[in-house]
Amino acid sequence: MSVDISQFHEIFFEESIEGLDLMEKELLNLNKDDYDVETINTIFRAAHSIKGGAGSFGFNQISEFTHSVETLLDQMRNNEREINSQAISILLQAVDKLRQMVSAAEQNESFDETELVAVSEALAQLLSDTPGKSTPPEQATLSDGNVAETPTTGSTHGSGWHIVFKPNKNLLFTGNDPLLILKELKQLGDMQLKLKDDLPPFSDMEPEECYFHWEITLKGTNDESSIREVFEWVEDDCELIIKPLDEVEEKSFNEAVVADIATPETTTNQSLAHPGATTDHEVLELDSATARPVVSENKQRTPETPNTDSKAGPKDGGMSSIRVGTDKVDNLINLVGELVITQSMLGQLGSELDGEIHQAIVDRLEQLERNTRELQEGIMRIRMMPISFAFNRFPRLVHDLSQKTGKKVELQLSGEQTELDKTVMEKIGDPLVHLVRNSLDHGLETPEVRLAAGKSETGHLHLNAFHRGGSIIIKITDDGAGLNEEKILKKAIEKNLVSGNETMLPEQIHELIFLPGFSTAEQVSDISGRGVGMDVVRKNVKSLGGEIEVKSQKGSGSTFTIKLPLTLAIMDGQIIKVADQNFVIPLLSIIESIEFKDESIRSVVGKGELLSLRDEYVPLIRLTDIFSLDQTPKNPDDTSERNLIVVVGSDDYKVGLLVNELLAQQQVVIKSLETNYQKIEGFSGATILGDGTVALILDIPGMMTLFEKRMQANPPQPKIAIEA
Amino acid sequence: MANILVVDDSASMRQMVSVTLKDAGHIITAADNGSAALDIAKRQKFDLVLTDVNMPVMDGITLTREIRKLGQYRFTPILILTTEAGGDKKQEGKAAGATGWLVKPFNPSQLLATISKVVA
Repeated sequence: MSVDISQFHEIFFEESIEGLDLMEKELLNLNKDDYDVETINTIFRAAHSIKGGAGSFGFNQISEFTHSVETLLDQMRNNEREINSQAISILLQAVDKLRQMVSAAEQNESFDETELVAVSEALAQLLSDTPGKSTPPEQATLSDGNVAETPTTGSTHGSGWHIVFKPNKNLLFTGNDPLLILKELKQLGDMQLKLKDDLPPFSDMEPEECYFHWEITLKGTNDESSIREVFEWVEDDCELIIKPLDEVEEKSFNEAVVADIATPETTTNQSLAHPGATTDHEVLELDSATARPVVSENKQRTPETPNTDSKAGPKDGGMSSIRVGTDKVDNLINLVGELVITQSMLGQLGSELDGEIHQAIVDRLEQLERNTRELQEGIMRIRMMPISFAFNRFPRLVHDLSQKTGKKVELQLSGEQTELDKTVMEKIGDPLVHLVRNSLDHGLETPEVRLAAGKSETGHLHLNAFHRGGSIIIKITDDGAGLNEEKILKKAIEKNLVSGNETMLPEQIHELIFLPGFSTAEQVSDISGRGVGMDVVRKNVKSLGGEIEVKSQKGSGSTFTIKLPLTLAIMDGQIIKVADQNFVIPLLSIIESIEFKDESIRSVVGKGELLSLRDEYVPLIRLTDIFSLDQTPKNPDDTSERNLIVVVGSDDYKVGLLVNELLAQQQVVIKSLETNYQKIEGFSGATILGDGTVALILDIPGMMTLFEKRMQANPPQPKIAIEA
Repeated sequence: MANILVVDDSASMRQMVSVTLKDAGHIITAADNGSAALDIAKRQKFDLVLTDVNMPVMDGITLTREIRKLGQYRFTPILILTTEAGGDKKQEGKAAGATGWLVKPFNPSQLLATISKVVA
């Protein structure tokens, strides 16, 4: 029987990456003055596991490289080596190399050994500095696949060996079974053995002790060490004599040995009921466990079993988590999405039933709805992961960047346990990195500049995540210089993004950084400039159905706020009706809904229609115009068409949508348009409503862009004249 | 067929050992640290315990010592899985009551060969 080792590779890779992340995180903690002793233990354990796993699964390069890392860490945890920033820095580089090696192994590629030279040499250099008294752990570990060589490298004897194996009385307490050891020995060659006993008088006999010994003749070509190996676990718990067969005359040997091993108190030949009690028992075959000595029988019914009332299943208290492929979870989410649709169809049918007559059905439908919702929430929760997975990379990033820029930065992370969908997390990683790089590059100042500005030498960068409503908010705050409005404006004018004639509010100027093609860095820097601007960040955030805003105060810092939906699969939506068509507006983007009154609309040339909303004016979008829908009411006589305005947007911008009717608010399962059809501007997806019809989901920011384009291309004629 | 408790904080090792032994017809329960394993061992009887040494919460040596204290485990084989080829951990393990050891890295067939030394 053979086990395919490659089936464990994936889990090993995953575990190694986790281990490396952990190492990196804890190594950075070592930089602090007051690190915990457990920190270095944790790092060591991670390296140790990677080495062990790599060796077992055949990744020798990883295993060998990790060995010197482990050695260094071992010395550190044993207080034999100073933990200084140089060593930490080399260890961090080693972690990077390991990451590359693991990922190469994952891709089934070989990793170029020369890439390791620099770090290997640095490690070797470090290790060669005598750390103190101790020597590094055995170098033999790696090649030693099985058991250590015993020092006796005995010669091979053609004829065979005489072995006397006399277990100590308490051998059984070590969990070793003499018979299994003999069985193992038998595999080395043709074996004959004699069972001898040293049984005490029955009254003195302890049923749990071992009173037997064996004299063994093992024929065949074996060296002494391979025989010793069989007895390796018990060498301290027995008397063991191994002599070449041809050295000793068989008969005399026997006598000599008996004399050798007979301890004073041993009296043989006590008469006993047990058949095994007779001496000189010849045992030729050693196949059945029933041949175990008397003690083993007794052991089966040892009375002291205080706690064996094992009602608890084997799983209890066992593993607290399991690993499941994301495809399985995604499939479940898909299925539960279908279930939600079916349930809402049933709900709709149920609502048409006569409540009096069909009470029972209506009740069950309500129950079905509750169960469905709980099931859905439960499954969604499986995909939720704490945002610490995304945050974890920042201590290292900030560490590296601050070294590179010579800026002093203290990174604070909070709300790391805030959960969000795995997909959202994966996609928000890069934008976050960009923002953090940006803060370090453009936001925070060098120590000198900070001191001159009367600030503390060390800059602060704070990443905070929390839930608000159905969204997750991530704030990236620095206490740096803030956005340079003059510079931004100058640049924007240069790039023809604004005319420069109009006066702009600071907030409007800040918004400019999100425009495509905008970059203030005079030369593309190594840190934030990678041809990726803030426009890409905003685009990425928007593609997740989120929003990004910036608030900045010159001289005291900037805050970028990212608002994201918790999940991409399901959202709460408001169903609206426009010209007989259903649409869904994400509930999150709705600020308020008001009644449409002609007198609250103003038309401004070049800006279209504006809605007077208390003390402000917001653009009004007629969805019928945008989507070119037939506005003609079905029933021309119905003058009481209940037009409503739904105000959507965020803190910074608002827009009113003219709709015909507000329908239900409900959870909708988002179906991708790109996957099922094609991307359509102004829509983020589609869903299936309770009655089986398809409704498109409005993408508010996208729709506003669409609206602005229309305005530019085709300025509408004022529908309502305004009085000057 | 034996009822075996496998203790290792490394998921891949745990998986490798568990799958190998399961394929060989044994019944496996796994734990990722000594403390969890001890709780399980108290509730249920195992024919063999295989434990890693270096683990968080409770290491394998302590686990061995604690299990050996339990009446029903006086004779139960306990094998430690150790990377240290040097005698240190082996002797520490023996002193704590371990039956024997298996040196990492090992492959499935080495594991099975070793197991056969302690379970029939």
